[in-house]
Amino acid sequence: MTTALTVNGKRVAVTSTPDTPLLYVLRDELALNGAKYGCGAGQCGACTVLCDGRALRSCFVPVRTLAGRSITTIEGLRGPKGGLHRLQKAFLDQQAAQCGYCTAGMIMGAAALLREKPRPTEEDVRTALSANLCRCGTHNRIVHAVLRAAEAQHG
Amino acid sequence: MIRPSRRSVLGGSISLLFGWPAIAAETGGGAAPALPSDLAAAPEIDRWLRLSADGRVTLRTGKVELGQGVLTAYAQLCAEELDIHVSRIDVIAGDTRVCPRQGMTVGSFSIPEGGKAIRMVSAEMRQILIRLAAEKLSVPTAALDVRDGMVRTRDGRSVAYGSLAGGQTVQRRATGAVLPKARPRRVVGTSVARLDLPAKVRGAPAFLQDYRPVGMLHARMVRPPSAGARLLAVEIAPARAMPDVVTVVRDGDFLAVVAEREWSAVKAAAQLASDARWDTPPPLPADPIAWLKDAATQDTVIASTGTPPSAGTRLVRRSYSRPYLLHGSIGPSCAVAHFDGTALHLCTSSQGPFELAAVIAKLVGLPVDRVTAQHMQGAGCYGHNGADDATADAALIAMRLPGRPIRVQWSRQDEHRFEPFGAPMLIETEAHLDDRGNIMFWDYALRSPTHNARPVFGVGNLLAAPTLAQPTARPKTNNFGGPPAYAADRNAIPSYVFPGLRVTTRFVPESPVRTSSLRSLGAHGNVFAIESMMDECALAAGVDPLAYRLRHATDPRAQAVMQRACDAIDWSHPRPADRGCGMAYARYKNYAAYCAIAIEVEIREGEPVLVRATLAADAGEIVNPDGLRNQLEGGLLQSLSWARHEAVRFDGAGVASRDWRDYPILTIGEAPPVEVILIDRPDQPSLGAGEASQGPASAAFANAVARACGARVRNLPIDRAAIAAARVRA
Repeated sequence: MTTALTVNGKRVAVTSTPDTPLLYVLRDELALNGAKYGCGAGQCGACTVLCDGRALRSCFVPVRTLAGRSITTIEGLRGPKGGLHRLQKAFLDQQAAQCGYCTAGMIMGAAALLREKPRPTEEDVRTALSANLCRCGTHNRIVHAVLRAAEAQHG
Repeated sequence: MIRPSRRSVLGGSISLLFGWPAIAAETGGGAAPALPSDLAAAPEIDRWLRLSADGRVTLRTGKVELGQGVLTAYAQLCAEELDIHVSRIDVIAGDTRVCPRQGMTVGSFSIPEGGKAIRMVSAEMRQILIRLAAEKLSVPTAALDVRDGMVRTRDGRSVAYGSLAGGQTVQRRATGAVLPKARPRRVVGTSVARLDLPAKVRGAPAFLQDYRPVGMLHARMVRPPSAGARLLAVEIAPARAMPDVVTVVRDGDFLAVVAEREWSAVKAAAQLASDARWDTPPPLPADPIAWLKDAATQDTVIASTGTPPSAGTRLVRRSYSRPYLLHGSIGPSCAVAHFDGTALHLCTSSQGPFELAAVIAKLVGLPVDRVTAQHMQGAGCYGHNGADDATADAALIAMRLPGRPIRVQWSRQDEHRFEPFGAPMLIETEAHLDDRGNIMFWDYALRSPTHNARPVFGVGNLLAAPTLAQPTARPKTNNFGGPPAYAADRNAIPSYVFPGLRVTTRFVPESPVRTSSLRSLGAHGNVFAIESMMDECALAAGVDPLAYRLRHATDPRAQAVMQRACDAIDWSHPRPADRGCGMAYARYKNYAAYCAIAIEVEIREGEPVLVRATLAADAGEIVNPDGLRNQLEGGLLQSLSWARHEAVRFDGAGVASRDWRDYPILTIGEAPPVEVILIDRPDQPSLGAGEASQGPASAAFANAVARACGARVRNLPIDRAAIAAARVRA
C-alpha cells in the first residue's frame, strides 16, 4: 500500500506503512535529512516542515492523513534564482546557529510565518517561534535572521 | 570545510625525509621550549597536517565540534600560521584512526590548550615549507614571503606550497622552537563564518543522526520505569513477530529491539515495553535539596586563610541551592556501531571518542586496538549527556549482529529520564562584615554529588554496564578535579580578595540518580551563591552592589568587565517600581575568561520578565569575535533557562520530567535582548570562555529579581511560585 504525496514539488508514492509519521518517511524512505527528530510529540519543532504552505510538526502526523498534500522540507526551499532561500542566507549572514540541530525547523517555522505575514514585527517572530526550542541560546540571532530575511523580501 | 575522514586521505603519500639538523640546534639557543601538552602527546607533524598537490591543507584534531565553533577557530589558527586562506583548509576531527589524541573536548580547554598546539604545529610546517622553497629557488629563507600558500621572492619568482610538498607526508617531530609569529594578524581576530553552517541551513547531512550506511538496522532501547529497576519477566515473541523486526536483544536487564525500518523499531519497542515487567526500586526524593542537606559527606577544606573575627563584626548567613538539571539536548542521543566480526567501529557524538573507544572495548570484551571511533556531530550536548551511553548501547547490539551497522536512537522520554543529570548543589555561607560593611571573613561550604562520572573513570559509568547479565557495577563517585580547575568546587573560591576565608567542599558520594558533567560543573551553583551573597552583603552594608564588588576585586581586568557590563545597562539610572537591575561577575575557574553580566528584570503580574541583558568579557586574545559572542550569549541564555525554569522532578514512579512539557526551557519569546561587549587583548594568551557566562547569568538574574521586588529567591529556579513565597517571607 502506498501513499501519494508531493514532496518538494515532486509527486511520490511512499511505501512506509500508513501509520508512519511523516518525519520517518522523509528521513528513512526519502533520505531527506533536514527535518530532525527531537521529541516525537510536536513539542520542540525540530521536525517542522511545510504542508500546503503551513507549518507542520512532522514527527507525529501519520503519513496517511497527508495523502495528496504538498510537503516542503528545507531541502526544497529555494531562492528566486534557484540558490539559497533568503531565510537560509539570513541565517548564514547572522551566524544564527550554534549546534544547528534546531536550525532547519526554525527556518521552516519562519518560512510559514513569512508566508502568512510578510512583514512581521519582532514580537510576531518571537511569538511564532516560541514553540521551536533552541538549547544553545541562539534565540536572538534567530529572531534577527528572520527579520533580516523579511526585509530582504521587500528590500 | 569539515568533512568526515576517509581512509583515502591516508593513501598514496610519499614520505618526505629531512636531512637537516634539528631546527632548535640551528637556531642556536639552549634547550627547546616545552611543547604545548596536546602537541607533546603527538609531536609528529604529519599527525596534524597534510598538504595536497593542489595546495589544500588537511588539519586533523582530536578535539570535536559540539556547536561551539571550535573547528572554525582551529582552521583560523592554522591559516594564520601557514599564511593560507581558511577556505583551503579541510578539518578532520575526532577520528581515532587518523587524528592526534588531544583529550576530551571539555572544560573550555580547546582554545587555550588545543589551539596553542595547532598554532605551533602550523608554524613549524610553515618553516619547513619555507626551507623547501629556499632550496628550490636558491635564495635564503629570509628573502621569502608567503601569501595564501604562495612562497615569493622579492624579485617576483614564486612557488606554491602544493608543489613543494603536496601529497607527501612531513615526517618530522615538532620541536617547539618555532614560535607563532608576532606579525600583524590576518585571520586570527576576525569573524570567519562557521565552516559547518552552510550544510546545516541547507538540510544536507551534517549530523550523526543523518548517517545511514548501507545495510544499517534501527535499534530502540526499552528502558525500565526507573533507573535501577530489575527486569522480572518479558515476553519477547509479540515484538519479535512484528513486521520488519530482525531481533530482540536481551542481556540481563538490557533490552532492545532491532528492525529494518526506524518506525517499525519504535512500534516494536512499545510492544516490548508493554510486555516487560520490572520491579520497583526505592523512590527518588520528592525534595532533592532536603535530601542533600541530610546526605553523608566527605569534607575537604580547599582554601583557608585567617580566622573568623571574634567580635565587632556583623554576620550575614545565607544558604542557596540549585536542583538537578538536564543537559536537555534538542536531539536525543544517537549512535551507529558496526562490528565486522573482528573489529568494532563506533560513530559517536561523544566529547571523547578516544577515551570512549577504549572503555567500550572493555565493555564488549575486545582488545583495545580492535575498537575505533569517529566523531560525528550531534545536537549540542553541553557536557556529559547520553551520547556515550547511546554509543555503548549500539556497540552491545552490534556485537550480536556482525556485519550490520546498528543505529541506536534514544527517545525523548529516555533522554530526559536517563541522561546523567547536572548535580544538585546546596551552599551554606556566612560573611563577617566590618563597620564599613567590608567582608572581613568569608566562610563557605558547598554540598554536591559528583560533577564528573564519565565512562573514562570506569566502565560502570556507562548506563548499560550495571544492567547486563554480567554486570559492571557503577564505580564509587569521586570529586575528580582539584586545583586550580576543581569540579563540584569549581569557582567555590571567590574571585575577590577577603582578609580571611574558609572554603569547604562537602562531597556527597551517593546520589539517588546518576549525575555528571554539565556545562561549567560546580561553577554555576558556586557563582550563583557567591554573587547572590555579595549582593546580600552589599545590601547589609548599604553600598551599591557594583561599588561593593569593585571594593573587593583588585584585578583591573575584573574591574573592567564589571564596569563595562554595568555601564551598558545604565546601572545607576533609576528604574520604575517592579523593575530592577542585577549584576554578577566571575572569572571562570579563577584563571580562564573574565565575565560580568547585568540583567534588567520586570515583575509583571508576579512573573519575572527578562527585559534585557548586557555581558562584558575578557578572554585574552580573541580568535573569532563572532564565535565568542555566540558562545557567551548562548551560555547566558542557557543559564537563564536553568535559573528561570528548570528542575528535574521526581515522583513515586521515578523521573517525572519526561519531556519538554514537564521540563520547560527558555523560549524565543522569553529571551531578553543581549548586548555583548568584548575586551580584546591581543598581547595576552587566549582564555577559555565557552562556559564563562553560566554562573554570572543566573546570579545576575537572581539579583535583579531581588532588586525589582525586594524578595530574594535563594533556591533555583526563580519562577512565579518562588517569588511569591519569597515575598511572603520578605
